[in-house]
Amino acid sequence: MDYRFTASDDDFRKQVRAFFERELPDWWHEVEDVREDPEIYEVSQTIKKRLGAQGWLAMAWPKEYGGAGAMILQQMIYAEEAAYHHAPTGGLGVITVGPAILLHGSDEQKQKYLTQIARGEADFCVLYSEPHAGSDLAALSTSAVRDGGDYVINGEKIFTGGGDKARFGWLAARTDPEAPKHRGISLFVVDMSTPGVRLEPMESMAGYSSYFRTYFDNVRIPKENLVGEENRGWYQLAVSLDFERSGVSRVAYAQRVLQDLVAYAQSTYRNGQLLAKDPVVRAKLAQAAIEIDVARYMAYRVGSLQQQGKPFGHEASSAKVFGTDLSQRIHELAMELLGPYGLLRKGSARAVFNGRYGFEYLNSWAGVFGAGTGEIQRSIIAQRRLGLPRDRE
Amino acid sequence: MDLSFTEEQEALKNDAREFLAQRSPNAEVRRLEDDPPGYSPELWQAMAEKRWVGMILPPSYGEQGASFLDLCCVYEEMGRQLTPGPFLDVILAEYLLLDLGSEEQKRACLPLLGTGQTIMSVAYTEPSASYAPGEITLSATADDGQFVLNGTKLFVTNAHIANHLLVVARTRRGVDPSDGLSVFLVPREQPGLTVNVLKTLSSDRQCELTFDNVRVATSSLVGPLHDAWPAVRRYLDRSRVLTCVWSVGGAEYVVEMSAEYAKNRVQFGKPIGAFQAIAHKCADQAIAADGMRFVVYRAAWLVSEGLPADTEISIAKAWTADNYRRIAELGHHVYGGLGFMKEKDIQMYYRRAKAAEVAFGDADCHRQLVADGLGL
Repeated sequence: MDYRFTASDDDFRKQVRAFFERELPDWWHEVEDVREDPEIYEVSQTIKKRLGAQGWLAMAWPKEYGGAGAMILQQMIYAEEAAYHHAPTGGLGVITVGPAILLHGSDEQKQKYLTQIARGEADFCVLYSEPHAGSDLAALSTSAVRDGGDYVINGEKIFTGGGDKARFGWLAARTDPEAPKHRGISLFVVDMSTPGVRLEPMESMAGYSSYFRTYFDNVRIPKENLVGEENRGWYQLAVSLDFERSGVSRVAYAQRVLQDLVAYAQSTYRNGQLLAKDPVVRAKLAQAAIEIDVARYMAYRVGSLQQQGKPFGHEASSAKVFGTDLSQRIHELAMELLGPYGLLRKGSARAVFNGRYGFEYLNSWAGVFGAGTGEIQRSIIAQRRLGLPRDRE
Repeated sequence: MDLSFTEEQEALKNDAREFLAQRSPNAEVRRLEDDPPGYSPELWQAMAEKRWVGMILPPSYGEQGASFLDLCCVYEEMGRQLTPGPFLDVILAEYLLLDLGSEEQKRACLPLLGTGQTIMSVAYTEPSASYAPGEITLSATADDGQFVLNGTKLFVTNAHIANHLLVVARTRRGVDPSDGLSVFLVPREQPGLTVNVLKTLSSDRQCELTFDNVRVATSSLVGPLHDAWPAVRRYLDRSRVLTCVWSVGGAEYVVEMSAEYAKNRVQFGKPIGAFQAIAHKCADQAIAADGMRFVVYRAAWLVSEGLPADTEISIAKAWTADNYRRIAELGHHVYGGLGFMKEKDIQMYYRRAKAAEVAFGDADCHRQLVADGLGL
């Protein structure tokens, strides 16, 4: 047992930190969404490519696919620093799609997609949820029908995060309508510019159209875009969801929020008393610090299992529930400390932290539901960790 | 970073688990709840023969010099079985003597402690129920080549079976509240010392110690006069971490027993664990227990390495205090009305979780310490 990072881990962290401090504009932490302004989007792309060129976007991938062949822990250090600095990331391409292609893709697919993701040249969006298949994802009905050398896709997906900026989509579609629902699903890569793909914005309550409905109207994709085995997609997808759930990023981000709140409490008087001296405020901030630490080690544990090549399914689910609940609680705390100032949005007169925490307070719900709701995670934990009977067919 | 125990530590843990499951099953723990001494001298002897009681003592006192982390491996399993007895008291006394005692005192005490032949308990808290050094008021005054002790110690565990007590006393009051603390080794039978066993809901043995002009020789002073706080502080650190470790063991067992019950209890024609209302409570138990484990082990590792750990210990203690209790509460929801009855074991854990919560500072106390660490 050794809870320390090695000296080279610490050096690496310093190097990443220095990079972000040097390369990110000083107003960067105030960016809520890259869609705010085309210029902001351009800056994010430039930085992303620079990170990709360093091999940092997908550090733990093999060098031949644009990674750095790093240990998972090092990738986590990078992810922490990136989240802390609100830096652009490789998104779901790095977190979900890449690991699935590494596990199940052909050599050709690895060459083609992984390198582009790792260099920050191509974003992926994930096309799983449908209007009638949310938590019951295996009930999805978007169809992929084999026709000669192609598959023809028809159906509708929702919650397509970043669909407008993505070059590729990572699609789960039904290839065998007769089979039991878990055994008729396959995974595909879809070029989002293929004729018949249409996006319609879904604006979230946090205020940006970063989510979309995606319609497929007789979209033809080459059969080479099938990843893994036909009709085994559900099982491949379940594994890649585990990758998506483990995230240490939200913990590092919560750490940043806590630091802001501590600074706010140290400089704000209410009813003649410094907030930092109010025992109730102190206890709440301390509780946030405690939970951040708990969440951090839950995430490290997932990384450590991943590094050892051990299963980490229910551990990732625990980290996900705890981490996303924590990010809600810390933003609730922020709003509580800010009082009426918390309501002021970015650009408003008298906005505190330029409205960031009001935005995050609303936006934190996205994490709660994305990659499976807390209820789904709890069922996974009950079944996989505790061996309880299945609660659904 | 390496979050795992060594193979030897895993083996130690497994051995302890098997031994205690056999020698300290819940039925035996239940029997001892109403037995006046509150522990099994036979099991105590067996634990001494397994070389657990003296495990942390260095080879120069005939023992193995096990690390604090090794100790945690064994103690976690005692928490799992709720093994009653003076193990923690004796271990903490050994550490305090190692920290403070003269060579002569160590030679006289440690071999007997390590082999389970004598029992000692550290007397720190007073009726204020506070762990802050400024709250220590029991006085020790020099008089005619002796020290005279007057005052009350409260919530002292297992003092009724101790041969000696290590008493933290105030020998002067300075500007700094931690200045002026000294430790004395006092025989339980010393004239003027009354030991009164309290009745607790956790079925442990906590005592009230009344010192009425208790006279001890100057040679009973353990460590420097007035300046015991740094060592007492380490005693509190170890106590806190070990209470957390005990809780990790108990909490994990509550998670397991609740899941087992949910699998076997049938209502509406199904095991109740097939209902999400129950399954999700079990999942919440597991999340809280998993969250507990690593912050506790981190604190244990830091203490074991002798590294600074103030905030990390308070983080572990605050989380554990709240969540061992919460895990047991959730277990009661799973067990329903039956868990309220003494015939089920869950209630034994629930009652002890409450005791572990308040021991050595509850979550509120440690949150304020964490807040200090944040610079608030």
